Amino acid sequence: MRIVLFAAAAITLIGFAPAITQAAGEVVLEEQEWSFDGPFGRFDRQQLQRGFQVYREICSSCHGLDYIAFRNLQEIGYSEDQTKVLASEYTIEECCDDQGDIFDRPAIPADYYPNPYPNEQFARASNNGALPPDLSLMTKARHGGPDYMYNLIIGYEEPPAEMAEEMMDGMYYNTVFEGNQIAMAQQLFDDLIEYSDGTPATSDQMARDVSAFLHWAAEPKLEVRKQTGVRVLLFTFIFTVLAYFLKRRIWADVEH
Amino acid sequence: MSTEKGRGMPAFDWFEERLPIVSFIDHSVGSKYPAPKNLNYFWNFGALAGLVLVIMIVTGILLAMSYTPHVDHAFQSVERIMRDVNSGWLLRYMHANGASFFFIVVYIHIFRGLYYGSYKSPREVLWWLGIIIMLLMMATAFMGYVLPWGQMSFWGATVITNLFSAIPLIGDEIVTLLWGGFSVDNPTLTRFYALHYLMPFVLVGVVVLHIWALHIPGSNNPVGIDAAPQDKIPFHPYYTAKDMFGVGVFLLAYFTVVFWFPNAMGHTDNYIPANPLSTPAHIVPEWYFLPFYAILRSIDDKLTGVILMFGSILILFVLPWLDTSRVRSATFRPIYKVLFWIFLVDCVVLTWCGAQLPEGLPLILSRVGTFWYFFHFLVLLPVVGWIETPKPLPTSISTPVVAKPAE
Repeated sequence: MRIVLFAAAAITLIGFAPAITQAAGEVVLEEQEWSFDGPFGRFDRQQLQRGFQVYREICSSCHGLDYIAFRNLQEIGYSEDQTKVLASEYTIEECCDDQGDIFDRPAIPADYYPNPYPNEQFARASNNGALPPDLSLMTKARHGGPDYMYNLIIGYEEPPAEMAEEMMDGMYYNTVFEGNQIAMAQQLFDDLIEYSDGTPATSDQMARDVSAFLHWAAEPKLEVRKQTGVRVLLFTFIFTVLAYFLKRRIWADVEH
Repeated sequence: MSTEKGRGMPAFDWFEERLPIVSFIDHSVGSKYPAPKNLNYFWNFGALAGLVLVIMIVTGILLAMSYTPHVDHAFQSVERIMRDVNSGWLLRYMHANGASFFFIVVYIHIFRGLYYGSYKSPREVLWWLGIIIMLLMMATAFMGYVLPWGQMSFWGATVITNLFSAIPLIGDEIVTLLWGGFSVDNPTLTRFYALHYLMPFVLVGVVVLHIWALHIPGSNNPVGIDAAPQDKIPFHPYYTAKDMFGVGVFLLAYFTVVFWFPNAMGHTDNYIPANPLSTPAHIVPEWYFLPFYAILRSIDDKLTGVILMFGSILILFVLPWLDTSRVRSATFRPIYKVLFWIFLVDCVVLTWCGAQLPEGLPLILSRVGTFWYFFHFLVLLPVVGWIETPKPLPTSISTPVVAKPAE
């Protein structure tokens, strides 16, 4: 009985840990249902490919994806040949040829996704002083993860009357972003792109897809993690049951 | 030296006569260590702490093989571990969450000692070694958190190392020494890495001393009276079997977090690379430091805050003398039992306060909580020991065990 109580207390504590470590007063996010939620959750490859298309055709003009190499895209269902073709559309500056000169070459699957800007100053100069953050780890670097991402991308509204005065030049009102003023303008509009799998490209659909894609980019081992976890936990559970009965048997002759 | 002859294993006997290491282990945590027969499940947490220490050292050494201690590469090398190293994600999540579980286990172990009076004579030195272990753990965990070189790594390191500047006269020099320069930078990272790798082995050494000191008086027990020889049973197989079950339950909780909530106890900001030019809105340490962080920030004066924070741990060294009661177990101490639970709640409240901005209600609660923390140790414990009338103690461990009514 004590053990049950204790375990319950421990689980409660762990459940509250994020609440304890985060400051109060955060925006309430509209939580979405993700295919990768839950103990057996998996990525939806079709969705990830659509999300990649959104990233590539819209986000990648300003945001980098430094930790994703073209070869990684095979994990979301592209063939090796497809990644080769995809990579070859990008140019990589290589140092150096036999003469010591920098030269351009087409990217190969082993190359990482090229950053849209050569350096931070250039990025800021192109964006009204703001630095578009790299998106590789974004869903893990913000409270709420993919839910935050989704809510942020579609969270554009006209500023409420009391804020209209405060809005700084070149900033946009966003319901989710901290301080409600974001340097990125609304990017997603219905039918801005045409999905290769024929899914209607509503802004809601695109926001959902790109958030799922970015969650894969941040946590590519999510599937293998949960699958391994199921097996490990099953093994540990059987071990624990056996250990319990062994303990009872060994203790049978002790009065306690 | 005692060796066991006649096992019918000549090679074994030959070796034991020359190096009796097997019987040494057997005397330490085996069939030759007599333990009271009434230890409850709270006595599992010492063994569990040992298990976590082993997990931390093994995963830590493997992580070190792929980690790069340099400000330009540290964050990236951790991501490479997460993405490209075989099972690297598992190693890192086991290590990062292992730190949290290490503190969960050790805090329960400490509160068990507080409840059952395990710090009292003749176990004072055992208790001291335990506090030294906790201090070493804290230093190790703090430096380990700096290594991924995320935003919280950098700013946590900045805030905590800056505390030492409050020391009069030599404070600034100490901070420069800790940093290896004039700000948290590459020399800070490399020295923290070196020390983070070293300290666990120091920890192992102190753990050996801790177990050694345990074997002189033997384990305390829930009744708190000295166990007579007939009330003791060999550690192996009785407590090894019981610990094995405890290990199973522990691993169920640990693996649930590692495989399904690996980032729940971390801070999202640490997935942003360290940036000395951008201060996070709200710098918080890892959850296991929060009560001490609350004590630190409960006072406006920096030096006083630092003294109180370190004092809150150092005061434990004199606890065996602050508690004037000769009765160990809270079971027989009606007033102390209540104080114990209030103290536990106080620590939980301080933990919550540590995560909040130091203003308004959290600040008031931090002040009340800090006051109560020291009031508990410095005033209540000595006084209660004098005025409290303990319940009659049983004459032997077997008495309450046998007389216990059926549940």
